[in-house]
Amino acid sequence: MQTLDLATHALREMNAALQAQSQQTNATQWEILNPRGAHAIAVGLDAPIEVTVRGSTGYYCAGMNKQATVHVTGSAGPGVAENMMSGTVIIDGDASQYAGATGRGGLLVIKGNAASRCGISMKGIDIVVHGNIGHMSAFMGQAGNLVVCGDAGDALGDSLYEARLFVRGSVKSLGADCIEKEMRPEHLEILRDLLARAGADAKPEEFRRYGSARKLYNFNIDNAAAY
Amino acid sequence: MTTQDKRIPQTVPLQSATFTNPINAEIRRAAATGIYDIRGGGAKRRVPHFDDLLFLGASISRYPLEGYRETCDTRVTLGTRFAKKPIELDIPITIAGMSFGALSAQAKEALGRGASAAGTSTTTGDGGMTPEERGHSTKLVYQYLPSRYGMNPDDLRRADAIEIVVGQGAKPGGGGMLLGQKISDRVAEMRTLPKGIDQRSACRHPDWTGPDDLEIKILELREITGWQVPIYVKVGGTRPYYDTALAVKAGADVVVMDGMQGGTAATQDVFIENVGLPTLACIRPAVRALQDLGMHREVQLVISGGIRTGADVAKALALGADAVAIGTAALVALGDNDPRYESEYNALGTTAGAYDDWHEGRDPAGITTQDPVLAARLDPIEGGRRLRNYLKVMTLEAQTIARACGHNHLHNLEPEDLCALTMEAAAMAQIPLAGTEWYPGKPGTGY
Repeated sequence: MQTLDLATHALREMNAALQAQSQQTNATQWEILNPRGAHAIAVGLDAPIEVTVRGSTGYYCAGMNKQATVHVTGSAGPGVAENMMSGTVIIDGDASQYAGATGRGGLLVIKGNAASRCGISMKGIDIVVHGNIGHMSAFMGQAGNLVVCGDAGDALGDSLYEARLFVRGSVKSLGADCIEKEMRPEHLEILRDLLARAGADAKPEEFRRYGSARKLYNFNIDNAAAY
Repeated sequence: MTTQDKRIPQTVPLQSATFTNPINAEIRRAAATGIYDIRGGGAKRRVPHFDDLLFLGASISRYPLEGYRETCDTRVTLGTRFAKKPIELDIPITIAGMSFGALSAQAKEALGRGASAAGTSTTTGDGGMTPEERGHSTKLVYQYLPSRYGMNPDDLRRADAIEIVVGQGAKPGGGGMLLGQKISDRVAEMRTLPKGIDQRSACRHPDWTGPDDLEIKILELREITGWQVPIYVKVGGTRPYYDTALAVKAGADVVVMDGMQGGTAATQDVFIENVGLPTLACIRPAVRALQDLGMHREVQLVISGGIRTGADVAKALALGADAVAIGTAALVALGDNDPRYESEYNALGTTAGAYDDWHEGRDPAGITTQDPVLAARLDPIEGGRRLRNYLKVMTLEAQTIARACGHNHLHNLEPEDLCALTMEAAAMAQIPLAGTEWYPGKPGTGY
């Protein structure tokens, strides 16, 4: 286990050490101490390493992550795992707004709740939230899966493209062009796999699926009220 | 009033200055289609511009340099504040961000070739970085846009600079739309969206709001790229003093200020013509913000929006900019709106010079299209050569003026080299009206 203490190491020093790891590195286990809400912790990683951040983080923890597994034992500030490409990011606590924003791949697991705009403009990432999510989540979501074991706030999936949304609890309201859709067997399989990988104690059959009505894909004046 | 009595003088039919023929035509078009007019390009309305300024040239009080013998340096370095590898350019004219998707792959390649041959940089756009563009661009600025289409850390690290786009002059506060007819398989794949659908570009970034967040976003991007490359912040010209100050506060290495004549691939005409500031009005407030912060020349200022000639370049630099960026002019250099395609422009209901339906993908010049047949009309090698020539001519023109004003570097041009032809230009550029020592708003004058 390699340990980097942010009480004694500069942020640049810590990120440089993590970013320097190659595909063949033997230093696969890393521990970050005293994050104290610092921003941009463990960003731009691109190696099959496991990083445990012991505490809570500020903005953009694990931003643009590739391959790495980043585990935050506390809560995460805005934009955790933004634009993630691959790998896994796990937040034991809550996540602030924009969690998983524009993510293109990998798995983001939030064991607590996620604030507003979770999965905004998601482009292929899978996000599993054990708790609830805030308003405007999955806004303009293009691809990937957002799984919410609790409730969803207002305007879920507004202006949605092809992202799939699964919610077990209530949905306060759906956004423009987002509708409830039939849960088919292939969706249950996707959900089963994601719940298992995220360690979520829930059954796929308890969820409802939401997706795009695809009415706003090409501008039509008759739909102007939706804009 | 008319009358049948031929003995009484008749009134002349009078067209309204309010309901002009173009206005009436737009009303009829809107009534028939139910959709606002979308087009490319920048503001077409007449606004005070660089044409309204003149250089004074040397006289007894100024000593000119010999035009063909004495050196007039044109080099500029962008990103000297924090980046370990600032961008060093041979000329202070860069190519502005234009997307693959809005432009053909050939056009993007031609821009890269031309910019590289002239010793300057080009810029990606919404939709990400293509291998052709990277391969043919010696210095490539990677735009970080609200849509984040194609965004990935590998391309981020391949870039020579990063430009965080907050807005652009043609549509400050507005997002973009790449209409479905331009979404080829390749464009769709790069943007992770189905083929043929309208692709919206959001008006604000998905994971930050405000200058405090921007500072943290810049920190993240620097950490991902190891603090190697400069980070630009591009804003549409609206509140140039405050936006420049806030960009500097957020940690920008370079501020790019884009006036309302700056082009867009596709935006509502009403937006293009009615929102934003003329480029001329943006420069002095932006420079003043840098000066007030003690950052003039430490944080570089790039001006764009309607730059066409070496005179425009020289005037922008004299007002305090470090460099300029061109977009529309570069497309014209490649062949956009060329009269040789007049019959085809006519078939599209327009004429050479006025063609602006860039969003429809039917560009006869093969530049603003994804149609493979049309795109093949542009030879990227020849296009690159034309752009190089044009950039060289602009540079020579700017040098000619600078020497005549007695300067051995374009950056030595200064406001005192200029006068204004109109009150409006004098006020916006804070340059004395020709033959006077006064401009509207000059401190201490009471006006």
